[in-house]
Amino acid sequence: MTTTVRYDDVEVGTELPEQTYPVRRLDLIRYAGASGDFNVIHWNERVAKSVGLPGVIAHGMLTMAEAGRLVTDWVGDPGAIVEYGVRFSAPVVVPDDDQGAEIVVSGKVTEKRGDNQVVIAITARSGGVKVLARSTAVVRLA
Amino acid sequence: MAINRDLLGRVYRSPEPYEVTRGKIREFADAIQDPNPVYRDTAEAKAAGYADVIAPPTFPIIMGMEAAGQAVTDPELRLDFSMVVHGDQRFRYSRPLQAGDVVTTVTTISDIKVLGGNELITLESEISTLAGEHVVTSVNMLVVRGGAAQGEK
Repeated sequence: MTTTVRYDDVEVGTELPEQTYPVRRLDLIRYAGASGDFNVIHWNERVAKSVGLPGVIAHGMLTMAEAGRLVTDWVGDPGAIVEYGVRFSAPVVVPDDDQGAEIVVSGKVTEKRGDNQVVIAITARSGGVKVLARSTAVVRLA
Repeated sequence: MAINRDLLGRVYRSPEPYEVTRGKIREFADAIQDPNPVYRDTAEAKAAGYADVIAPPTFPIIMGMEAAGQAVTDPELRLDFSMVVHGDQRFRYSRPLQAGDVVTTVTTISDIKVLGGNELITLESEISTLAGEHVVTSVNMLVVRGGAAQGEK
C-alpha cells in the first residue's frame, strides 16, 4: 500500500490534525476482552481506589492504540509505521457515567530522515493532563 | 522486595505458537474503535497490497503481554505483581502482522534498574513466524512501585 502523504510534501513542523477519542467504561470492558488484559483496575472502582488510584483507569495500551490511530489515519497505510513508542505518564481516569473520559491526541513532524522516514512526536491529554510522554512514531512515506 | 538481578538476560519462549486470525483482528479493531477497512475487509487489504487483512500496530501487545506474564510470574524473579504498572511500550516493525500468520515469541529480560524508590524491568519480545521471519519486536518496560524501597540500590 502506498501512503497518502508524500515525503516531499512534509516539513519539520508539519502538524497532524488534532483528534478527540471518547473512552467510556464499556470501551474498557471491550478492550479487556479483545486484548486479554483483565487487570481489575480497569473495571473495578473499589479495587482501583484500594490501590491508591483516583478511580477506574483506562488501559495504557488503549490510549496507545488511539494515539496510533492519529498517525495511521494521517499516513493512510498502517503498515507504514516502522517504530512506535510511548511512555505512560499519567492514568486516564474513566468516570462511571455516560460521557466517560476524552483522550485528545495531536502530533507534529520533528525530523526527516533518509529512506523517506519521518519522526512524529505525539501528545495525548485527558482532562488537561498529559497521559503520554516522549511518544514518537517513525513512518516511511511514499 | 527487590527483583532478582541474576535473571537479567534470562530468555522465555512462548509455550505454543499464536495464530493471527481475521476474527481476532476485527475484534481488536472494534475494541480500539478503529474503522480502518484494512483491518476488516480482505478485498480492501488486498487492494492495498497485503495478502490478507492486517492487524493494527498495537495488536502485538497480545503476544507481548503473554510473554510479560511468563516473565513476571517466574518465581525466581521475586516480583510483586500487585505493584506493577506499565511504564513504557515500544514496537519495532518489520511488517504488520496479518491474518494467517503463525508466530512465536522469544522474550529476554533486557534491563533491570532502580529509579527513585521504584524498580524498572524491561522485557524485549521478538515476534517471528514459524519460518523465522521477524515481524515485530515489542519492548515493554514495567515499573514496580516501591520495589527498591527495601532492596539494594
